[in-house]
Amino acid sequence: MEYAYYPGCSLEASAKAYEESTRFVFDALGQKLVEIEDWNCCGATYYMATKETISLVISARNLALAEKYGNDIVAPCSSCYTILYKTNKILNDNFIMKEKVNQALKKDNLEYNLSLNVRHPLDVLVNDVGIDTIASRANTSLKGIKMAQYYGCQIVRPERGIDDKEDPQLMDRLFKALGAENVYFPAKVRCCGGMLMTTYPDVGLKLTKEILEHAQDNGAEVVVTTCPLCQMNLEAYQDKINKKFKTDLHIPVIYFTQALGLALGGSPKELGLNRQLIPFKPEEKTLEGSR
Amino acid sequence: MKEREIKFSDFFSKKEKRLEDSFIQQVYNIPGGESINKCIQCGVCTGSCPVSYTMDITPREIIALYRSEDIESILTSRTIWICASCYACTVRCPQGVQVTDIIYALKRLAMEQKIFPKRFPVHALSNTFVNLTNHFGRSYEPGLLVSYYLKTNPFKLLGMLPLFLKLISKGRIGLLPQKIRDKKGLSRILNEGQIMESIVPE
Repeated sequence: MEYAYYPGCSLEASAKAYEESTRFVFDALGQKLVEIEDWNCCGATYYMATKETISLVISARNLALAEKYGNDIVAPCSSCYTILYKTNKILNDNFIMKEKVNQALKKDNLEYNLSLNVRHPLDVLVNDVGIDTIASRANTSLKGIKMAQYYGCQIVRPERGIDDKEDPQLMDRLFKALGAENVYFPAKVRCCGGMLMTTYPDVGLKLTKEILEHAQDNGAEVVVTTCPLCQMNLEAYQDKINKKFKTDLHIPVIYFTQALGLALGGSPKELGLNRQLIPFKPEEKTLEGSR
Repeated sequence: MKEREIKFSDFFSKKEKRLEDSFIQQVYNIPGGESINKCIQCGVCTGSCPVSYTMDITPREIIALYRSEDIESILTSRTIWICASCYACTVRCPQGVQVTDIIYALKRLAMEQKIFPKRFPVHALSNTFVNLTNHFGRSYEPGLLVSYYLKTNPFKLLGMLPLFLKLISKGRIGLLPQKIRDKKGLSRILNEGQIMESIVPE
């Protein structure tokens, strides 16, 4: 199938590996991602916190541009996904707001006609492509890799209808089918603190510490995520956490598309694994043997 | 002349009434926003919140304060700027109160009325982000952080330097901001959006 692809700003910078691995995975599974031409920033949570109508306008510009590519717009960043999803919902729900937003879009000859579904790649891969198909295409077993599946907040909350809000299973099912071992990980939907790492680091560090401890104490060798901000918070501050809380955390944090890409035969470089701050090198013990 | 019903709020200041009107307007634009009136003060929101332990007013108390017509106290607390928008409260509320989106409405109200907590300038991050996005059409992470720290605590910039350099070496920081092509079109849209923002339906 063909999807309108909204990379979002993070995927062009700090989360470049997410971009590289997402494209690899969709390619390997014969799915087409068509990047929306001249997309703009979705506005993230900051715009929503500043002005209401304009925040919807700026995010709806992307929806208006995406409509010509089909019915589904795919956004890998959890924040972009949330904002685009929320905008779509509000415009569908509130006629006056839709008219106001379209009045603004009209100034650049754009209009949003409410025809899109906003999707996350995890939803697309599991529910459109299917775990059976993915497993049959996989040429490398993930057997023996102990994973903590970390969903974060905004991919399942508030109402998405794609998975359980307290105990989501999409990644657990996917990686179990590919041979990985999912460790017990009750922090799977706990908040990483988001921008608190910048604005209120005492709290941000505590939240990430608790999540990482759950993973490491339960024997995970890697945390698998779906969100650029979660990935950064969980990976980049482990030294600071260790210093502040006298812990001994040292665990790689990767995107789910990187783990999936390994199963589909991607090389670490193709999947952006060379961009990790804490390297993840499973091939030494498992991947090689299973090829 | 229309006969005026005497309300409890008539005993409150003009400022409080202005906050109240603007807040209600925003809340009712949220899908399911009217459920704010169904709050039973059970506290599941506060119990579910991963950061309520550090708030000066809890999520449950926000609704209690709104009911006692004291929105100004909410805006001068740190609470709304501590919320990390994880939606745990929203999905667990037994009454369907859209707590997270209500907190967003309060943030917008604070921005509009310029009422902020003392010594907690978190809103500056949102302002910086909005300015960058309006200008480039894209966000720019290093620009956002540098500008935020310069406004709030420049010393922290030094502490961020090692991480910054590591990220550059991994190709994870763009040294120049990305821009959209149609910047002129975007600014026309934003100007009209500003007009639309100020139109409040009766």
